[in-house]
Amino acid sequence: MDILILLIPLSLVLVGVIAWVMLWAARSGQFDDLEGPGHSVIMDDDSPPTPDDTPKP
Amino acid sequence: MSNSPGLADAPSFSGCFHCGLPVPDGAHYPIQFESETRQACCRGCQAVAQTIIDSGQGAYYTHRTALPATPQQTEAELAQLGLYDLPEIQESFVRVEAENVREAALILENIVCAACIWLNERHIAQLPGVLSVDINYATRRARVRWDNSRIQLSAILKAVSDIGYIAHPFDPGRSDDIHRRERNTAIKRLAIAGLGMMQVMMYALPTYTATDMTDDIRLLMSWASLILTIPVVGYSAWPFFIGAWRDFRRRMLGMDVPVALGIGTAFVASVYSTFSGEGEVYYDSVTMFVFLLLTGRFLEMNARRRASAAVEELVKLIPAATTRLPNWPARDEEQVPVARLAVGDHVLVRPGETLPADGEVVEGDSAVSEAMLTGESLPVSKSVHAKVVGGSLNQASPLVVRVEKLGADTRLASIVRLLDRAQSEKPRIGQLADRAAAWFVGLLLVITFFVGLAWHFIDPSRTLWIVVSILVVTCPCALGLATPAALTTGTGRLTRLGLLTTRGHALETLARATDLVFDKTGTLTHGRLSVRRVLPLGGRSAEDVSKIAAALEAGSEHPIARALREAGSGGMTASDIRNTPGRGVEGTIDGHPYRLGSPRYAAAGVTPPESGGDEHPENGHESWVALAQGSETIAWFALADTPRADAPAALVALQKLGVRLHLLSGDAEPAVKAVAEQLGITDWHAGALPEDKLAYVKTLQQQGRIVAMVGDGINDAPVLAGAQVSIAMGEGADVAQAAADMVMLGSRLATLGEGVELARKTQRIIRQNLGWALGYNLIAIPAAALGYVTPWIAGIGMSASSLLVVLNALRLTDFKSSPSPAPTETPQPRPASLTPNA
Repeated sequence: MDILILLIPLSLVLVGVIAWVMLWAARSGQFDDLEGPGHSVIMDDDSPPTPDDTPKP
Repeated sequence: MSNSPGLADAPSFSGCFHCGLPVPDGAHYPIQFESETRQACCRGCQAVAQTIIDSGQGAYYTHRTALPATPQQTEAELAQLGLYDLPEIQESFVRVEAENVREAALILENIVCAACIWLNERHIAQLPGVLSVDINYATRRARVRWDNSRIQLSAILKAVSDIGYIAHPFDPGRSDDIHRRERNTAIKRLAIAGLGMMQVMMYALPTYTATDMTDDIRLLMSWASLILTIPVVGYSAWPFFIGAWRDFRRRMLGMDVPVALGIGTAFVASVYSTFSGEGEVYYDSVTMFVFLLLTGRFLEMNARRRASAAVEELVKLIPAATTRLPNWPARDEEQVPVARLAVGDHVLVRPGETLPADGEVVEGDSAVSEAMLTGESLPVSKSVHAKVVGGSLNQASPLVVRVEKLGADTRLASIVRLLDRAQSEKPRIGQLADRAAAWFVGLLLVITFFVGLAWHFIDPSRTLWIVVSILVVTCPCALGLATPAALTTGTGRLTRLGLLTTRGHALETLARATDLVFDKTGTLTHGRLSVRRVLPLGGRSAEDVSKIAAALEAGSEHPIARALREAGSGGMTASDIRNTPGRGVEGTIDGHPYRLGSPRYAAAGVTPPESGGDEHPENGHESWVALAQGSETIAWFALADTPRADAPAALVALQKLGVRLHLLSGDAEPAVKAVAEQLGITDWHAGALPEDKLAYVKTLQQQGRIVAMVGDGINDAPVLAGAQVSIAMGEGADVAQAAADMVMLGSRLATLGEGVELARKTQRIIRQNLGWALGYNLIAIPAAALGYVTPWIAGIGMSASSLLVVLNALRLTDFKSSPSPAPTETPQPRPASLTPNA
């Protein structure tokens, strides 16, 4: 049980770090658009569509 | 009730001169007030206080009974307020009514609840020179009217910042920014609460399950939990405390009061227990409760945002910058902000661009989509001389447009103003819910007190938790949200269908309408002439004579000419065209001279055929046009106003909804009869004067019918006002002047039926919402009072009940008329590769 005396403060530090990361993310606009980037990844068209790429039954 | 940490001692005037918070050591922000030097806590307070004193309103400080929140605007921002008084800046958002009367839309920041609206309304309204103020919760926009000779706009903006809110004159770009900032803050609060909740739960679980935990470990865990709970209560839950404190100071009972009391009580009790080592700690409940509530609020915020999108979209239609052609017809271009355009400027609108202002096409030929303004999905073709409306989208080819109306004068701006007015006028049912919520909270506090007292005698150890549960589980939020959420979404959807609600009560009344009275034949007909019949003489075909007529009328804009052109298209060209105004036109085609016009002009001595014979519906409003080749009359054209193509289907849809239809018209009997019979309206009256129409409406009302009147909105104001709800056909008329409760933006008559249906659905949803909110509370309060509900279950219950109300209202966003499918909106673009698998 004694290990808890070390682990609990450690978990607090960890939570602090995560909180800091979250706040940073919010501040730097990571949450500004939660839908757009998801679409933009899929709709990325920097490779031209290849004709034989159609799904076959 | 002063459990809110850090605020308990606020009404003392010992701290900052402006906001009462303690002045930090070493801070030096002096304020001169009545020959004394006072200290402020920060630069913001100093600036605000100094501004108030300098503008001669220093009495505010001697007379105030409560302290304002710390201002958040910086000095520089405050100084910029003065700019808003400049006429050229005001042009885009201020409407001049009378000599000195101005009206503007403002966006308010920091609005969290209905109480804030109330506070701001009160505060602004009591400023000398302010004539009226209405604030809309859904869009957080205020509509302020003021007397410019007595107060300046900047003074109003300052007054708002005095009480800790921030007002911006409306400008679409700002709105986005505000939303982004509010959302960001909400996400941060949510993140802290979520992390705190998870980790505290991690510490709490072992203490619930472990059997061999030593006391020092238990203590360590409570301390760790305390450390994690402090930011959750102090930062994440802060809005609840602020809201409760504001309510308390205004002697109002809002929804934040029980929540703040619940969180505060539980937290303080846990802290006490941690320090004294006696009793239980409830950090897990506190953090979870805060997290769930914030989640609810966050989703609600997004929902509200979505619901008000219709209005926002309208505003955003105007682009920020545009291409001006300063030396048109020369082609030198310059990019200018739309705000700098002047009437008479020529602007170039490329395909895909949005028109920046109302105007007339001077060059080019294109198709323009007015879908956002009118709900009409098909693009309208525009060529030289055509009028175009700011906010519509140019689709085909470049247009050069001469600007005729700008900024607040544009049709779009007046539409937005009407919408704002409608949403800020609270309908009766909404006011009722507001009052009910305040009573409800009062009653709740009394009940809680007595239940707490009772449990104190039954089982003192459970008292605290039962009190907290009751405070938390009840949900005046759901009660307060039930109506506005549904009304906002309903109105938004209706606008997209092309029916603009300009007064708050309209939706409610339309839902109950039993009779629909058409005020004019013109509401059911095209309102312009078209060729009804062609009678060719001397063996010629109808097609040939129509072509000849069209060629002769090629250059004229007369309504008759337009009708003839539409009837016979293309193929021939006439030369030597000479126009005799009021009589007709003559010209030469293939060497033959032709005359087209009134019977006396074109066919002297020949009487027009008597109205058509039995095979044609009689219409007293047909006018006859003669076509002559040389001196021989070769054809007769009968022109008349025709019912709109979509009228029969639209009226059938209305009748299916159980609405009785009437047609009152000032026109002569044959014309009215023809239209009524074609459309299957049995209750019709011709030759009706405005008094007769009003009397007719009154008679219907005396029979207990609820009358909706459809007119053109301008010259029949008394009749429209006499009906319970009036709908103006916006086409052609200036919607801003419409005396009507609703304005139809397009010419789709089907909109009426959809409107009635949607209004009824909105009404149903409001009832469901109110029923749900009441029913939920009737079950939840006794359950909590008897001790069956733990605080975290209560938190879920409360959030869920608010959320359910909002989600229920959101069902209106996807409303589609049942009988005839509305034009399908284009869904989100989807990558093609995804669809085969879907």
